[in-house]
Amino acid sequence: MMDLNQLTAHELLNKLKAKEISPESISESLYARIHKVDPKIKAYVRNKGQQEAPLKSQPNGLLKDVPITIKDNICTEGLSTECCSKILEGFHPPYDATVISKLKNSGAQIFSLKANMDEFAFGSSTENSYFGATANPWNLGHVPGGSSGGSAAAVAADEAIWALGSDTGGSIRQPASFCGVVGLKPTYGRVSRFGLIAFASSLDQIGPITKDVEDAAILAGIISGYDPKDSTSINKDVPDYTKSLNGDIKGLKIGIPKEYFVQGMDPEVKSIIEEAINKLKSLGADSKQVSLPHTEYAVPVYYIIATAEASSNLARFDGVQYGYRAKSDNLIDMYKQTRAEGFGEEAKRRILLGTFALSHGYYDAYYLRALKVRTLIKQDFDRVFGDFDCIVTPTCPTAAFKIGEKTQDPLKMYLSDIYTISVNLAGIPAISIPCGFTKAGLPIGLQIMAKPFDEEMLFRVAHAFEQSTDWHKVKPKL
Amino acid sequence: MKYETVIGLEVHLQLKTKTKAFCGCAIDFGQPPNSNVCPVCLGFPGTLPVYNKEALNYAIKVALAFDCQIQEHTKFDRKNYFYPDLPKNYQISQYDLPLSRQGHMMITSKDAPKRIGITRIHLEEDAGKLIHEADASLVDFNRTGIPLLEIVSEPDLSSPQEAFDYLTGLKSIVEYLDVSDCDMEKGSLRCDANISLRPEGAKELGVKTELKNMNSFKGVKDALVFEVSRQTELLQSNQAMVQETRLWDADGGRTIVMRSKEGAKDYRYFPDPDLAVFIIDQPMIAKIKSALPELPQEKLRRFVRDYSLTEYDAGILVSSKGDAEFSEACIQKYQGHDKKIMVNWLIGPLLSEANSRKVKLHELKLDKNELLSLIGLVEKQEISLLSAKSVLTQAIDTQKPVQVLIKEGNLSQISNTDLLQQIIETVIAENTKSVDDFKAGKTNALMFLVGQVMKKSAGKANPKIVSDLINRRLS
Amino acid sequence: MSIDKETVKHIAHLARIELQPNELEKLSLQLHDILGFIDKISGLDIDKVSPTSHILPVSNVLRDDYPHVSLPAEKALENAPSKKGNFFSVPKIIE
Repeated sequence: MMDLNQLTAHELLNKLKAKEISPESISESLYARIHKVDPKIKAYVRNKGQQEAPLKSQPNGLLKDVPITIKDNICTEGLSTECCSKILEGFHPPYDATVISKLKNSGAQIFSLKANMDEFAFGSSTENSYFGATANPWNLGHVPGGSSGGSAAAVAADEAIWALGSDTGGSIRQPASFCGVVGLKPTYGRVSRFGLIAFASSLDQIGPITKDVEDAAILAGIISGYDPKDSTSINKDVPDYTKSLNGDIKGLKIGIPKEYFVQGMDPEVKSIIEEAINKLKSLGADSKQVSLPHTEYAVPVYYIIATAEASSNLARFDGVQYGYRAKSDNLIDMYKQTRAEGFGEEAKRRILLGTFALSHGYYDAYYLRALKVRTLIKQDFDRVFGDFDCIVTPTCPTAAFKIGEKTQDPLKMYLSDIYTISVNLAGIPAISIPCGFTKAGLPIGLQIMAKPFDEEMLFRVAHAFEQSTDWHKVKPKL
Repeated sequence: MKYETVIGLEVHLQLKTKTKAFCGCAIDFGQPPNSNVCPVCLGFPGTLPVYNKEALNYAIKVALAFDCQIQEHTKFDRKNYFYPDLPKNYQISQYDLPLSRQGHMMITSKDAPKRIGITRIHLEEDAGKLIHEADASLVDFNRTGIPLLEIVSEPDLSSPQEAFDYLTGLKSIVEYLDVSDCDMEKGSLRCDANISLRPEGAKELGVKTELKNMNSFKGVKDALVFEVSRQTELLQSNQAMVQETRLWDADGGRTIVMRSKEGAKDYRYFPDPDLAVFIIDQPMIAKIKSALPELPQEKLRRFVRDYSLTEYDAGILVSSKGDAEFSEACIQKYQGHDKKIMVNWLIGPLLSEANSRKVKLHELKLDKNELLSLIGLVEKQEISLLSAKSVLTQAIDTQKPVQVLIKEGNLSQISNTDLLQQIIETVIAENTKSVDDFKAGKTNALMFLVGQVMKKSAGKANPKIVSDLINRRLS
Repeated sequence: MSIDKETVKHIAHLARIELQPNELEKLSLQLHDILGFIDKISGLDIDKVSPTSHILPVSNVLRDDYPHVSLPAEKALENAPSKKGNFFSVPKIIE
């Protein structure tokens, strides 16, 4: 029999319902696994090596007794939430993020260990964590992707049943792709951002990272929905996403954007994706080449908008109310030293870039211009979705790269998000699912995008693909 | 050379909603430090703002009351700067799409109406309070996030008195709307002033000074008066003016330099992505407009029209909403055909009672019915006007009914001719010289004799009857 | 557009981050490269395009003016690096 930690949430729920297993046995098997593999993978932070009780939740509910792993930028009342940054050292939020309240109400057990990430979600490799890098379970010399690298690696290495990540420019989908798991970035406004420590408010969304599509559908159903505490959450009913898992994609119109199959794409990735598209066709879908002409501008636009918002969002980390404070006898030095010592290199780089983009004399040329190009990118998608049900692309141009490979060249690192960023700029939902492996044994992800609030389409297509392949069943050898 | 003064005012108003602008913390003054706070107004990581519906409603009312154009599309922006009273290190404010623009207010200048332009009225949030100690500053965030309105005037004010009148008028309008306490001493209304001088008739503005730290309307006026003479002296002695911010030192009666302009501040405004935009359409505006109360200027015009008041008298009565309502109630209750009589009581004896007690007219402890009965007694000549004024004072002091006070003071007027005849005979006997003068045609002598009768009657004699009786007796 | 060391210094001051000389050197070069890449968008004709600052088509999101329970002061101050009584405390302010 498989160890419990290897199972999906829906498998565990069935076993719990049938009283075949006890809730305690799940956490025991998780802790045993963490004890064994996390010293190598380092998916979790602040791990003192002992089993801790989960946060208190409702005694009943749909997810009763199923543990869930949370990224370190989602606030959990009474439990450290530090965004893997020195500047938030020791921060215990006196409130739960709305997604945490929803999970608690569903009976889920909030795992006390939190998942590693790039500091403030600034990165694509989890190398920018104050606590050190996480390794890719498929090859410890490679990165797990980022910024939700801890969440994705924990799920891939069976150190977690499932997890929550956050996605600002690909931070759920890219690590899901690198680690061979499922990752969903919901429509902007679908999931409340209340309690998610903001990176870029107009782009951030919380989403599931899971072992299969069914788990993603279940978890998305729990965390989605209107929140009066978030002015940017939409008051729109949440459908039962599990009803979309019907395997039927006959006649669906799939757009394949030509701009995603050029520049810097690994030929191995290209052939794996083409095979995946053929698989979808064999299941009855029609595919056709489409164009998203402003794709090449997505990365520059993103690095203006995201850093501009971040420079303002991160201004509050100043040593006054919480977190780290450097010693100093006057205020301005305290501010400058606290932020110099508290932020890592990438955080400083992005804060400076964003401050520049908003500053006097540069606002129009950078920030305002970026907002206008964002409109063009959005219009590209609107046009395609007028005729197509979904868009299929690779999640990333390459498989997971080596640890240290891109740390000296921030621009090269930024370009690894080239296929995921447009989705956040347009506010649409997208999912990454495993669709093959490179010869070196690293997983590759297939990205499916849909119209705003049509997560059902993503689940439908992803599930049909998953059920006709075995990629999601392959486990890394650790 | 002669100079003219150019003044523009920036007023910040705290709106008196029940809760803060972006969170549900109750607005409750006088609480211990940092007890009226929550993760949202403390700007804790991950928290998000949601704007207060009532604050928007209040703000639109104010904008409409100043005849502003409400912008159909408006949004919040972030104003970024570091300061410990600002928990997020940005203030949620409005930049390029403010709630409203192009309003105005009328003041009276040199006996003529003058239009003062209002550039914009926009929404923002208040900061916390700092207490400075020798080696540290202490921060209290209770005030953080209270909804504010910023009302920016055009540089249309040309004297400190006009600035004072503008503030008084502004306060009066806002009080009528009942959306702010407008108390400068308590900080619910704050005012900064920009002032510059230029040669008379010049088109270009001179170098301006920004004045801060005034905590009363009089303080604003005094600070401006000081600045006019300080700047005049500098200009007349050909000294260079520098653009600077100066603080009003009320105790010293002078302004002192706070900081010279170190290059424009770079606030890096950008649209706040955490807050949805507002679309304020005509039906919404119409709905709020229809619920606006009668404003001071309209009330003034109506008082002049309906009660035949002079503009001056009406202006006094409408300057405070409470006084206007009190006065109107009195005027309506008054049954006499000449409403002017009641108005004279209001702006005469009553107003002076209020002034000497340092309260508003409507705050006087006086029952309207008692006032009416007192006026009635004077009209029926049962009490002299002189006595009535003293009864009024006592009525306010003791809250006893006027009838009781008249009885206690034995103040009823003597109109009984027999009684008066006796006193007159005594007075004639004692003042033969005056009697002779009267007979010789000196009318002053009659006044003197009446005065003597009044004296003997302790002021209670009805002077008109006395005068008639003497006239008849001596002719 | 390029960015020089003086600009980076000014930006760092606005952002209240102290930079060591070597950091300033390195960041100036990196930001220069990144901006060089970002300048790609300067060629687009966007005169008639309106900016998208909010991707959602929602407006007038408001809450009722109804009070919630505030945080007890000790909770508000729980995470404070320095406090005095019920106040947060910061080093002396010199402009």
